Amino acid sequence: MSILVNKNTKLVIQGITGRDGKFHTGKMKEYGTNVVAGVSPGKEGLVLDGIPVFNTVAAAVKATGANTSIIFVPAAFAADAILEASEAGIELVVAISEGLPIQDMIRVTPFLKQNGTLLIGPNCPGIITPDEALIGILPGNIFKKGNIGFISRSGTLTYEVVNLLTENDFGQTTCVGIGGDPIAGLYFIDLLERFENDPETIAVVVIGEIGGDAEEQAAQFIAEKMTKPVVAFIAGQTAPPGKRMGHAGAIISSGSGTAAEKIAAFNKAGVPVAKEPNEIPVLLRELLKK
Amino acid sequence: MKIHEYQARQLFRKYGIPVPEDVLCYTVSEVEKAARDLNRMVVVKAQVLVGGRGKAGGVKLARNVDDAVSAAKQILGMDIKGFKVEKVLVADAVDITKEYYVGLINDRNTKTVTLMASSEGGVEIEEVARVSPEKIIKFHINPLTGLLDYQARDIALQLFGDIKIAQKGADIFKKLYKLYVETDATIAEINPLVLTPDNEVLAIDGKMNFDDNALYRQPEILAMREPDEDELVEIDANNKGLSYIRLDGNIGCMVNGAGLAMATMDMIKLYGGEPANFLDIGGSSSPQKVIDAMNILLKDKNVKSVMINIFGGITRCDDVAKGLIKALEVITTDIPIVVRLSGTNAAEGLELLKQTNLPTVSSMSEAAKKAIELSRM
Repeated sequence: MSILVNKNTKLVIQGITGRDGKFHTGKMKEYGTNVVAGVSPGKEGLVLDGIPVFNTVAAAVKATGANTSIIFVPAAFAADAILEASEAGIELVVAISEGLPIQDMIRVTPFLKQNGTLLIGPNCPGIITPDEALIGILPGNIFKKGNIGFISRSGTLTYEVVNLLTENDFGQTTCVGIGGDPIAGLYFIDLLERFENDPETIAVVVIGEIGGDAEEQAAQFIAEKMTKPVVAFIAGQTAPPGKRMGHAGAIISSGSGTAAEKIAAFNKAGVPVAKEPNEIPVLLRELLKK
Repeated sequence: MKIHEYQARQLFRKYGIPVPEDVLCYTVSEVEKAARDLNRMVVVKAQVLVGGRGKAGGVKLARNVDDAVSAAKQILGMDIKGFKVEKVLVADAVDITKEYYVGLINDRNTKTVTLMASSEGGVEIEEVARVSPEKIIKFHINPLTGLLDYQARDIALQLFGDIKIAQKGADIFKKLYKLYVETDATIAEINPLVLTPDNEVLAIDGKMNFDDNALYRQPEILAMREPDEDELVEIDANNKGLSYIRLDGNIGCMVNGAGLAMATMDMIKLYGGEPANFLDIGGSSSPQKVIDAMNILLKDKNVKSVMINIFGGITRCDDVAKGLIKALEVITTDIPIVVRLSGTNAAEGLELLKQTNLPTVSSMSEAAKKAIELSRM
């Protein structure tokens, strides 16, 4: 088992004719993801890499039965693309596009709720269930099938840690990059709940960073609702207040959102926090011995 | 993006929020003239992009023109938390019966614009939120309807009690929300919002920040940008596709990805070093980006060693290596550099770097240790 994506995922790519869209479509297909359609207004009838291209998501869904979409369109058009997917009946939207205005995400949210659409991102590296489906820009070769669930707010730090897990023989059920924006789709608690209910997942790794209080909420959820062990890591312990650290969401404002507060919350919930990435597999091994 | 108080007041006026008269001044003689023209009690306020001006002595009440002149002499040129005061606002000092707080922010949890209001205005609202959170009214605004009349009125009634005053307050809340949404703000605060003896409701001080991701569609807001020296460097980096924040340490960092860049800084600190900066070169690895990044890093004269930490995912390590080799052809420096390459095409990248004599390592922790060692030589 796994969460959210698997062999039955039928993927439509929004923005398939763009530079990034085209490149990553190839990578996802190569990995074995079931890519059924692409969308690019004005390019219907084109077949790219064996994938039929449609003018609209609705047409793509009708013709191919696509249930998941990935979005590569530029930030200014990304909110519209998310809404188009949602209205077309897509169940899970993965928005890779970065730089979306926050007000756009706030306006999109009630529509997604109404349609029951799940969203990952924006500004995220995507999601992977090793050996089944890669939906995103993650480098497939570092992942390995196994029993660890993985959730992270960052991209390359995800690769760093997953690589360490794989090297230490901790394969993964599903890895989700939830993105670095302040207003995003599925977040720690939504995913922790799914991993808790996934019979194959035996432990979860959570990679947080400064800004917001989602890690504190996750810690509380773990303490109250989870039976499976969790290991955490928080990036940005040395970040100064008031400075945005690359990600739109990574900013310590009015003295809250600091790494110290997040680490304290995890410790209070009985979740060990690694001091450096290297320590994550060590902590995981200790917890699983018990 | 941040703006000054005087700019926030301009925006308030544009949207019909009542603000007392004011004049922006750069010199003592301008202040003298402004105080004379206003011809009543004024307040002289430092215009700097940092909070806590009052506590630092940057806001002074002046009963007459002489008072205003002496306040201006003290405030102009003073240093507030590292920001030099280059201009002051001379504003009509209205009589105040009571001070309130009202602010709008984007709430991550409810994914809404959230209005916060409190009858404990004037002081630091973070302190009120911490000590007595029950004194803050919070209202999550439905983005489909906006802030409705009755909702604004209800919040204002809780704040002011009297319906006539509450209607004035509600009008301000609605205008502030309109301003917030139309300008892609991330904070819009009126603190304090004051009630005068004539039962007028006025905005005495304002703070606004804006969403950097939305500046492309906000030319009027972008034109208000007045970056300081550090920000100029950050904006220059942004224009080159880099994300850079200068810090106080001596180990320069160049990393791909924001999370990994933060984790790199943390690791340097954990091992006893001090990072000189946050620098994310992003996903692409063109030689020009590496050259630009090296130039920015080496401009900081505190830097004693440089740690390059690349985890190749989409970024290919051999591309980064090529960029680095090109960069070192154009940049001459005796600052030692340690390179860590891992992930996609790392072996090819490390092979290429052999011709440079740069120390290379394959793990992040080795790189951090080496960079610290080199910074101490």
